[in-house]
Amino acid sequence: MIELLFHITAFKSLPLGEVGGALTHIIILSTALFFIGMYGLFTRRNMITMLMSIELMLNSVNINFVAFNKYLYPDKMDGIFFSIFIIAIAAAEAAVAIAIIINLYRTHKSIDVDDVTDLKQ
Amino acid sequence: MPERAELGVMNAIIFSALIGVVMMLGGIVIKSNAGIKLLAIILLFILLGSHLAEYYDLFNIHIQTHGMLAKSRFGMFFNTIIISLTLLYVLLSGDEIVKVGTYGAEYFALIFFSLCGATILSSYNNLLMLFLGVEIMTIPLFVLTSSEKKNLKSNEAGLKYFLMGSFSTGILLMGIALYYGGTGLFAIEASKAANEAQQAFRILLPLGLLFIFISLSFKVSAAPFHFWTPDVYDGAPSVFTSFMATIVKTAGFIAFIKLFELRSVDMGYSWKILLPLIIILTLLAGNITAVFQQSVKRMLAYSSIAHAGFMLFALYNPNDFGKQGIMLYTVAYSLATIGTFAVLTKMKDYTYEGYNGLAKTKPVLAATNTIFILSLAGIPLTAGFFAKYYMLASALKESTSNLWLVIVAVLFAAVSVYYYFRVIQAMYFKDGNAETTEIKPFFKTLLIIIAALIIVIGLMPSLLLDLFYA
Repeated sequence: MIELLFHITAFKSLPLGEVGGALTHIIILSTALFFIGMYGLFTRRNMITMLMSIELMLNSVNINFVAFNKYLYPDKMDGIFFSIFIIAIAAAEAAVAIAIIINLYRTHKSIDVDDVTDLKQ
Repeated sequence: MPERAELGVMNAIIFSALIGVVMMLGGIVIKSNAGIKLLAIILLFILLGSHLAEYYDLFNIHIQTHGMLAKSRFGMFFNTIIISLTLLYVLLSGDEIVKVGTYGAEYFALIFFSLCGATILSSYNNLLMLFLGVEIMTIPLFVLTSSEKKNLKSNEAGLKYFLMGSFSTGILLMGIALYYGGTGLFAIEASKAANEAQQAFRILLPLGLLFIFISLSFKVSAAPFHFWTPDVYDGAPSVFTSFMATIVKTAGFIAFIKLFELRSVDMGYSWKILLPLIIILTLLAGNITAVFQQSVKRMLAYSSIAHAGFMLFALYNPNDFGKQGIMLYTVAYSLATIGTFAVLTKMKDYTYEGYNGLAKTKPVLAATNTIFILSLAGIPLTAGFFAKYYMLASALKESTSNLWLVIVAVLFAAVSVYYYFRVIQAMYFKDGNAETTEIKPFFKTLLIIIAALIIVIGLMPSLLLDLFYA
């Protein structure tokens, strides 16, 4: 943990160059999107919005992969392929999630998570 | 069996996926519950056979995976264990699985798909495969958890599991992205940076590993990321809780060990702070909360968190000793948990009172359940004792300065005896009329076999560990 903090504070003084500069901006964007998604997941009570927040988190990661691939490791296309896998898996996850939400809507007549509290003890 | 890095563990992965499809389509033709169960058992024997054929180099499907999957003795042996455990689980609880809803064949198919993910996790050599393995393993479980469509609790548990599962997937992906930014690779082996910009971004590597660590802690329900576990385990149909708490959880630990065996060095000193912290929090959260539960099912959910704390000890020393320990723990913990859950699903009332006087009405069930619970508590002469011993010893082997952590763990194990023994007390020393559903002689025989296995491994753990080196 201590080392990690040291690394992060040392980040500014590193010789990043032109590539590093452009990449830093993209990382800031994707990190911001990631945490907006996380914030949305924890504050929103509507199931569909929560699902959208999760998709936002996954897509912010896609930006990271593509950017790292283009700026740092352009000789192979690993990052881009990974993001295609993420898109596919995210679609599968969304399908399952929508099925669960529809089933809940049928029984509860609501898609608000605050109404779904049978397990609270 | 020689180590061949270029070939993946293909048989188990391909066959488990194919068998899942066959099972799903079989559901169209076969209508009777008994037929579906029989088909599942036959298919599991085929899966086990194909895996053993590869294990002993008789027959395997050669596929060039470009080093994404690596065949290792450890992974292969773990696959043998989880496939055998699934077979045992289906033999024991197959009747209950088909009774959960109207889609018996699909439940088995989803179990096979989940097993496919678990086999990928035991042989991955690349973070892409880690991601795919985790997802293939958990997405079927979201469906299985919410499979009791009319039951609100089951639906809610499914939603909760989905939200927490995909949230942790997001964290895992962020970790992998940072790892990729730091190294330019998805392979889990060490690598070198080439140019200056790449060198500068190498600092993302420890951050990425931290994210992956948090995400995998979610998957194996280690505190402080355990809060979803009790609700999900409680809400899901009991038969599927049994599967989630055993095969899926231990597969998560294998993924954990494979990555941090090679990469914990990159986290440096922070690893030494993080790991004991997580272990102590997990033991605390699991054991202390379990004491206050009224429902046996919920108590078992918390106890599975406590066991995760013990299994995390393997990360201290992920060399041969730690690996032997996790194998032993997987077998001991899974056998005992599958057994207790099998008894639990037969009970009509899941509270402690529901077990009152079980020894008088169903002596075999009570006796075998006692052995399972003794093993979970880690009493000597049962498999659970040596499993815990190996875990704690591997931490001590790493360095004797871990002694304080081992002492804390032993104290928590003593706490666990309290809530485990409440079940035994209810079964033997309280008057009551414990009601169960119909119990077949075959079910009793299997319970006795499992109990015997636990005792045999408890007396001679070398029997199992020798197989590992055979």
